[in-house]
Amino acid sequence: MAPRSDLPFYLSFGVIGGLYVALILAMLIADAFYTSPGHIWKSLQSREIQYSIRLSLLSCSLTAILSVWVALPIGYLMSRRDFRGKAVLDAILDIPIVLPPLVIGLSLLILFQTAPGRAFQRIMPVTYEIPSVILAQFSVACAFAVRTLRSTFEHINPRQEQVALTLGCSRSQAFWRVVFPEARRGIIAAMTLAWARSLGEFGPILIFSGATRLRTEVLPTTVFLELSVGNLEAAVSVSLLMVLAAVFVLVIIRVSGAQSTLRESG
Amino acid sequence: MISLENVTVRAGKFGLQNVSFSVDQGKHAVLMGKTGSGKTTLLEAVCGLKPILSGRIVLHSRDVTRLKPAERGIGYVPQDGALFPFLSVGEHLAFALQIRRWNRSDISVRVDELATLLRLEKLLDRSVRGLSGGESQRVALGRALANHPDTLCLDEPLSALDDETRAEMCEVLGRVRDRTGVTVLHVTHSLSEARTVSDQMFVLREGVVYPQCSLTKEAEAPNT
Repeated sequence: MAPRSDLPFYLSFGVIGGLYVALILAMLIADAFYTSPGHIWKSLQSREIQYSIRLSLLSCSLTAILSVWVALPIGYLMSRRDFRGKAVLDAILDIPIVLPPLVIGLSLLILFQTAPGRAFQRIMPVTYEIPSVILAQFSVACAFAVRTLRSTFEHINPRQEQVALTLGCSRSQAFWRVVFPEARRGIIAAMTLAWARSLGEFGPILIFSGATRLRTEVLPTTVFLELSVGNLEAAVSVSLLMVLAAVFVLVIIRVSGAQSTLRESG
Repeated sequence: MISLENVTVRAGKFGLQNVSFSVDQGKHAVLMGKTGSGKTTLLEAVCGLKPILSGRIVLHSRDVTRLKPAERGIGYVPQDGALFPFLSVGEHLAFALQIRRWNRSDISVRVDELATLLRLEKLLDRSVRGLSGGESQRVALGRALANHPDTLCLDEPLSALDDETRAEMCEVLGRVRDRTGVTVLHVTHSLSEARTVSDQMFVLREGVVYPQCSLTKEAEAPNT
């Protein structure tokens, strides 16, 4: 009996997968054809949009650095050490990923209305100010950075660290001289992922920072504000800027070779 | 001299109790046993990588039981070599010396000595990625020997090598012992490897270390 062809199998899977890829591309193409370079240029001339681009770039970059700085020790300890309550801690670290974004914003708002929160705000105003944008972005982005770095450390052979200890390294030297250089790709992936997550963050920022033009307006806020006044061209132009930023992030991930780390952490 | 006195060590659900044996100064001792018998756990205890629950570990008349791995004067070569993929061969040989803040000229002299001893002269600038199994193990050995350790702990260093490379590495290990006088504790499950390199031989069976005067088939681990 002749072996049955594999074509129907691959064809059916290909069609199902292809439909999704087509949807993604169709959305982007529709955006691109809805606007024109002239519209984009005109949008970029707007003082509010220029401010929103600057604040987005600044806040996302600070959030990405802060996220990796915090995720590095958490990811390392979660991958290397066993301790009582580790499963609970693991679940807590995933809360920002599964929690609805609006709830994160609301929780931050309530936190800074408590007595310690108000006391902190007397020293440094947070709510509805620029720090609230960074904190809202950080609350979500850091959880993704932790996942990525934990996966990175789990894939680094602990024997190398043990050998370094026998060669004269302290625990800290073994980490910085042996583990850290090897985690380089994972760190780039975590930082890029945190940056990209921050760029798209809207819900927590809307609740916790408000949508005040020239104050706490980031790119997703701009899209929301322009849409709310019926300026669809400007909203689409800003959306396309975010698409370009997303493509830029994908290129960085590909070039850094961090794709596998990202895939495993996701 | 390596001496374990009533050492009790736990690794997960598995444990070894009151293990005692000693390796004479400058000898190459081989510790054999079945897979899962605890050979590697004992070796890690000697290296300070596995805390012991009771007993004493004495290396060259110094009680190292509570010392950190860095303070024990040991060199450690794990089964897979565990090389640092971002360093060159030369940087591996210099690693322990840089950590211990040797000056640059002394490091250079020592790296050359090791390269000659282990025939790595032509590989010094090469990345460790892409080295053959034998080359990788020679680099791991050189890295472990760099700071003149009194004790060398080898965890099945030849198990992943083909027969020809293994014979070559046995010759290298003999040369290392002759030139450095280092006391070696070598874990393996290969009887032929043990016959080739060992001066002293021990078998770990059901948590007890037995000295083995004659190397018989009984010593060979059947499940490995």
